[in-house]
Amino acid sequence: MQMRLDPAADPDDLARSLADAGPSRSLWQDAWLRLRRNKAAVASGLVLAFFALVAIFGPSLAPNRYDEVFPQYVRVPASLEAYPRAERIVPEFESVLARARVEVGEITLEGGTISAPIVTDRGIDPRFVRFVERSNLFTHARIVDVSADETRATMVADVQRTYFFFGTDAIGRDLFARTMIGVRISLAIGLLASLTALVIGVTYGAVAGFLGGRIDGVMMRFVDILYSLPFIFFVILLVVFFGGNFVLMFLAVGAIEWLDMARIVRGQTISLKRQEFVQAAEALGVKPGGIVRRHIVPNTLGPVVVYLTLLVPKVILLESFLSFLGLGVQEPLTSLGVLISEGAANMQGATWMLIFPAVTLIVILFALNFLGDGLRDALDPRDR
Amino acid sequence: MNAMTDDPVLTVRGLEVAFETNDGTIEAVRGIDLDVRRGETVAIVGESGSGKSQSMMAAMGLLASNGRARGTAVYRGRELVGMRERDLNRIRGDKITMIFQEPMTSLDPLYRIGRQLAEPMMHHRGLSRRAAREKAIALLDRVGIPDPQRRIDAYPHELSGGQRQRVMIAMALSNDPDLLIADEPTTALDVTVQAQILTLLADLQRERGMAIVFITHDLGIVRRFASRVYVMRRGEVVESGDTHTVFAAPRHPYTRMLIDAEPTGEKAPPPADAPMALSGERVRVSFDIGGGFLKGPPVVLKAVDDVTLRLRKGQTIGIVGESGSGKSTLGRALLKLLPCEGRVVFMGRDISGATKQDMRPLRKELQLVFQDPFGSLSPRMTIGQIVTEGLLVHEPGLSAKDREQRAAEALREVGLDPAMRNRYPHEFSGGQRQRIAIARAVILKPHVVVLDEPTSALDRSVQKQIVALLRDIQARYGMAYLFISHDLAVVRAMADYVMVMQAGRVVEEGDTGAIFERPASDYTRSLMHAAFALTDFHEEARRVAQGG
Repeated sequence: MQMRLDPAADPDDLARSLADAGPSRSLWQDAWLRLRRNKAAVASGLVLAFFALVAIFGPSLAPNRYDEVFPQYVRVPASLEAYPRAERIVPEFESVLARARVEVGEITLEGGTISAPIVTDRGIDPRFVRFVERSNLFTHARIVDVSADETRATMVADVQRTYFFFGTDAIGRDLFARTMIGVRISLAIGLLASLTALVIGVTYGAVAGFLGGRIDGVMMRFVDILYSLPFIFFVILLVVFFGGNFVLMFLAVGAIEWLDMARIVRGQTISLKRQEFVQAAEALGVKPGGIVRRHIVPNTLGPVVVYLTLLVPKVILLESFLSFLGLGVQEPLTSLGVLISEGAANMQGATWMLIFPAVTLIVILFALNFLGDGLRDALDPRDR
Repeated sequence: MNAMTDDPVLTVRGLEVAFETNDGTIEAVRGIDLDVRRGETVAIVGESGSGKSQSMMAAMGLLASNGRARGTAVYRGRELVGMRERDLNRIRGDKITMIFQEPMTSLDPLYRIGRQLAEPMMHHRGLSRRAAREKAIALLDRVGIPDPQRRIDAYPHELSGGQRQRVMIAMALSNDPDLLIADEPTTALDVTVQAQILTLLADLQRERGMAIVFITHDLGIVRRFASRVYVMRRGEVVESGDTHTVFAAPRHPYTRMLIDAEPTGEKAPPPADAPMALSGERVRVSFDIGGGFLKGPPVVLKAVDDVTLRLRKGQTIGIVGESGSGKSTLGRALLKLLPCEGRVVFMGRDISGATKQDMRPLRKELQLVFQDPFGSLSPRMTIGQIVTEGLLVHEPGLSAKDREQRAAEALREVGLDPAMRNRYPHEFSGGQRQRIAIARAVILKPHVVVLDEPTSALDRSVQKQIVALLRDIQARYGMAYLFISHDLAVVRAMADYVMVMQAGRVVEEGDTGAIFERPASDYTRSLMHAAFALTDFHEEARRVAQGG
């Protein structure tokens, strides 16, 4: 039997009205519009996008590798100028040439090469280059433009110049590269741990809240037990047994943080369960799995998304804290927490080691928190 | 009478209210003029969204943060629109007071009612705590709260809905206002309680000579209660004047439509040999309240007590009663959505002991439509998904395209444009949502539909359309309806058989005509009085207050 108000209605007419389904705005699109109007949240989103790009591409674009050690540049301060500096290279060049007992003309330093005319009565000796190469500043020394009487020539050498925008750390590694790798690790841990917490927490909370009764009681008491375990003790145990590694790190953090998520989702589920649309689904004969999937979980996502954006900074801080204690990622890999910990140890005399990672972390946390606040305002149904 | 008519309390001229939203500016009120004189009762009547509440909110400076008001609202020579918050506060809650629709939420659940009553008196009148308390007790006594000495220390949740509304009235009266704005004060209450509250307001007005602005959608109340009426539609006053004149000779077609919006017609009973669709014998439902670990023994509440019901194919049984009478519980118990005792038979099959799994295939035949069209549709699904969810369960073989086709047909059947099926529920009005809920139920072509107050949250004119739609669908498919409502007018139009419930028991049942013409029990009579009284209001309400 066809269900139609007017049995004579033209089927083409129906097809036409099916085709031109008008534009529609879901609650998410509504929230997106509201979010876009929140300048702080938009700016935070852009900042985070920038840091995400930095985390992905930064380390491979940086002038130095994050684990490369420059013994000659231990704890050099941050600078936009290349190391070694001109005022160090020129006297050094002068002094090595002086050791070769030649007269030195005007020294010119251009990019990665240094050159100077040399004059000697003893005749230009190709072995002069050894004097130059003995210094670890210069490589590939060569003598060019030798005059016909072999008393004049030009000594040319390559200078290994490199940039340390954020300075170097206590054993001479580039802090710029290390900060970028730190951003990568911290953001990755933050995201992975939060997603772990999201998946476990939402599933667990929705199931406990929806089933209710004794099952809910048992499931939530299990959560209470996990809550009562001292977190640091738990992490130390894990690290002792399995050794600190990256994957373990976010597993440990995620394993703790899903508890909050489960409680939030359970509370939401219990109040949603009494809503008439859930009863209506029951009256339609929808199975519990379908109700949780189609009706409960999508409706809890508002608060969950908000909690998630606030959880990411929390996890980053937690990781920083664990790394600070030495339980986190292992050398030479690093994270913002490790960098800050090292910076704190070298605060006197090498402030840049603290300032750059710390400022980076603060900016990321600010952006995440602003974005979380913006999302909360955008998704808050009371505003509707 | 004439002496007071020349003394304006509130004069509104060219008042406009606009709200900034994501969809641009919404003009809720478009330049209305309104006069309230001392000691008179003015009703502002209109359907939801007509701007009747917002116009008064604007005059009181209580608009939501995205709202703006323009025009003038003069209270005793003082301009209220654009007045500073501090000056407004001196008038609000003192000379102009408001009572709201929802007595459950307009009292703060954390404070005793005595404190909530005393606060405005201490603030505006500078009374001492003791004096304020004395006065609060006197006020509670005046508004008819029994044992006010003790009740003053009660928390809001310890009072019934009617008592809470009385407390709200006491609070509004505490500073002897000139003007009381009552925004749908009785809508959330049962009819008999409604009548008592209206009597109280009428008495208080006579006693104190204050003006009342009564905002309502219920024309019955307007007719009985107000001396002048303003009819609002889409932010404009379409008609105003003396209540008797407006009701006797409405000039504007909209007013005429509102007055005629009472559902009419009656339903013929099904043929005597119609097969039994659903029957329940001696159905009982009881809930354990409280109790549990460390809480002592539970208290058993008998929500449905020994009810027998026989619903034939094509029949509509109306179940009427006030809130808490167990009528909704009975409906859910018969659908086996709640555990119950007694024998329930559906189409010759005993489903008394059926488990949830057993019931699942039968759900196709037993449908439910809820009261609240806002709560019964999942906000994160499109209406196409909502309407076809039942198909997903009961006809899993259908392709997405077939489902779409069926959704379009079902939406067209309930009078909605199928092109709207990709929209979300919040984009629809209350009446449209109720149509969606009905489409969700009828798409499965069930044998029995339990309609749980399907029209109570809707405006009168929309109610009439929904009643017509439900009757139309029933005529086409021969479904059996169990129509649960507290609204006797709607039940009279929908049902051919009526059961009156009170405190879980059926106090009276019979054919609709017989029940409405010759109600046998006192309870039914009191319900009828409250709902259909066209005689003088005061006399009538007093009779109800004294127990019918």
